[in-house]
Amino acid sequence: MLYLDYAASTPMRASALAAMLPFLSDSFANPSGGHASARVAKTALEAAREQVAAVLGADSSEIIFTGGGTESDNLAVEGAARAARAAGRGDGVVVGAFEHKAVLAAADRLEREGFRVTRVPATRAGLIDLDALAGALDSQTVLVSVMLVNNEVGTIQPLDQVARLVKEYAPGARLHTDAVQAVPWIDVAIAAATADLISISAHKFGGPKGVGVLVARRGVDLEPLIEGGGQERGLRAGTVNVAGAVALASALTTTEQNRATEVAAVALLRDRLMAGLTDRIEGLIENGDRSVKVAGNAHVAIPGVEAEMLLLALDRIGVCAAAGSSCASGATEPSHVLAAMGMSAVAALSSIRLSLGFASTAADVDAALVRIPTAVAQLRSSVGVK
Amino acid sequence: MSDILVAMSGGVDSSVAAARLLAEGHSVTGVTLRLWGGETDSGCCSVGDVEDARRVAAQLGIPHYVFNLTDTFVDAVVDPYVAAHSDGLTPNPCVECNRSIKFGVLFARARALGFDKLATGHHARVTTRAGTWQLRRGADYAKDQSYVLYMLNQTHLARTRLPVGEMTKAEVRAEAARMGLRTADKPESMDVCFVRREDRGDFLADRAPARPGVIQERDGTVVAQHTAMAGFTIGQRRGLGVAQGEPRYVIDVNPATAAVTIGTRADLLTNELSISGLTFVAGTAPPPNTVLEVQTRAHGVPGTGSLSRHSAAAGVITLLNPMTRVAPGQVIALYRDDELVGGGIAQ
Repeated sequence: MLYLDYAASTPMRASALAAMLPFLSDSFANPSGGHASARVAKTALEAAREQVAAVLGADSSEIIFTGGGTESDNLAVEGAARAARAAGRGDGVVVGAFEHKAVLAAADRLEREGFRVTRVPATRAGLIDLDALAGALDSQTVLVSVMLVNNEVGTIQPLDQVARLVKEYAPGARLHTDAVQAVPWIDVAIAAATADLISISAHKFGGPKGVGVLVARRGVDLEPLIEGGGQERGLRAGTVNVAGAVALASALTTTEQNRATEVAAVALLRDRLMAGLTDRIEGLIENGDRSVKVAGNAHVAIPGVEAEMLLLALDRIGVCAAAGSSCASGATEPSHVLAAMGMSAVAALSSIRLSLGFASTAADVDAALVRIPTAVAQLRSSVGVK
Repeated sequence: MSDILVAMSGGVDSSVAAARLLAEGHSVTGVTLRLWGGETDSGCCSVGDVEDARRVAAQLGIPHYVFNLTDTFVDAVVDPYVAAHSDGLTPNPCVECNRSIKFGVLFARARALGFDKLATGHHARVTTRAGTWQLRRGADYAKDQSYVLYMLNQTHLARTRLPVGEMTKAEVRAEAARMGLRTADKPESMDVCFVRREDRGDFLADRAPARPGVIQERDGTVVAQHTAMAGFTIGQRRGLGVAQGEPRYVIDVNPATAAVTIGTRADLLTNELSISGLTFVAGTAPPPNTVLEVQTRAHGVPGTGSLSRHSAAAGVITLLNPMTRVAPGQVIALYRDDELVGGGIAQ
């Protein structure tokens, strides 16, 4: 199996898997309890929190463990906006039009609740349109959400410039960044230093599914989405997923330690993949400006080939890749990201994402450079067959 | 052993079709088409149906994919359906879906992906004789769907499998139950998948201007006004605003004036049918004066008649016994015994 879908999910790092196993067996207690067994779990949970805080450049009191990236995004966007409006600070919400649906759906909900929501388009390079952003901000804006790395085209957003604009035009607003796709590739502590709220998700960097973190800086008010026993400073009730938190912390630490080497290695593989595909597939177009992309992302439009068909053809020869976004039924939908970048629907529907990660190898790229052009040639040769 | 793509709707017939092909030893891949994301998502293409198909595929251990053909479906089926109603026609969207989607886009995609054959859960049979392919009525006459496949040709049939065509519906359900398929007891979809019958008026009114007009007797006597021509089709008895006397039926809808003409049961009968858009399964028309079964609705009792063409794709069917008039836009399918000869669209 040739796995080229790291942006969708990654294999677990061995260290993270090993770290979580004790909490799925002997050390099972509820960390909220008052006895010795609970203390074992609580100690591990708080150690994980410290580890995460250290890597993300936050204080451990600012780390909220959640059920994943989507929950972190929902909590940041809905929680911060509702708290700010309740405090009478305004009603404006500004999000990138090419955010992940976890942010867009939260913004849609806020709109239904009466917030003014503005969705800011992107440039053809795959970066947020800063002029449009500046125009969308005002003194009543309470929340701005701009992702750190786009999940489809892999472009790293100029968050510092976003923060500067927010400070200038919407000084009362909180800045959230969805950093789910950033962790393996860039130092989030530095890149998101200006953000008030940061979302990450363990399974995008060698951790398990179902656990994420929201960094909420001190002084940032949030209304919780899940209420109950007051866990996570009352912002995320429910018994904490100790095994998940421990594994997330382990994977995050390993990722941080290996990042420089892994990024360099993956960038070489990705560049070789892109060069090879460009040579072998006539008319291939790279989506997004590579100079601002993370190392693992290759996103290409292949004129005359429908992505839905290509993905199926690739799957039949053992290649796992993806197109923009999948709806609940599993059908491919036209990518809202590519649309936000101004790309035509036809080009968007002939685009696929190939994403590499820490376990990708040169052999993977070699195989991809045989199989992908073969599948493309097969589909192109059949165009017009009735 | 063939490499076969099965269109799995999430219903019992296509579930059993996939299972039978697998049992025959073929390499089987399932695909579900997402066709309609509109407000009436209760038909053959809802998220729930996709999930049913996916779970059946998982149970069978075959790969399953979803093709999003919603845009194509709107262009090829829904918009023409609305336009036809505006033109005073009574279209059959299931036929257009088979023509443009299942045996159009999907058939082409299956070939492009290197599959040997496309299979569906239709109740009809593909047979071969002396180097040509035939399409025959399903073994379960009451469930026969060859009518909605009248447009298939030799190219299609050479690459098509209809594995449940030999079975009765009861046998299909029994086999599904025996295999523990979750779709064994699933009710059949009855309406057009993108609009429930009772919502059709609103659906059309939202998409095209309503055409008001008169309801008149054959002699021109106006008996009522109507608000939307699309609400009337030939043979219709309800909603005519005529309460007394001999029962009245719609016998004509004039697309130019939106006038609806009503008449008696006897007025509804005709001795000939005009047909266009003729296609023939064998690629050629039957010899003139061949007596054919003439089927004018999916499950009606067929009449008998013979076809004389005045061009390659249009002609007149002369009936041996009078039949109920056929609304323009409806499909007329022609058979010899249980073998589909071809068909076209009533004029």
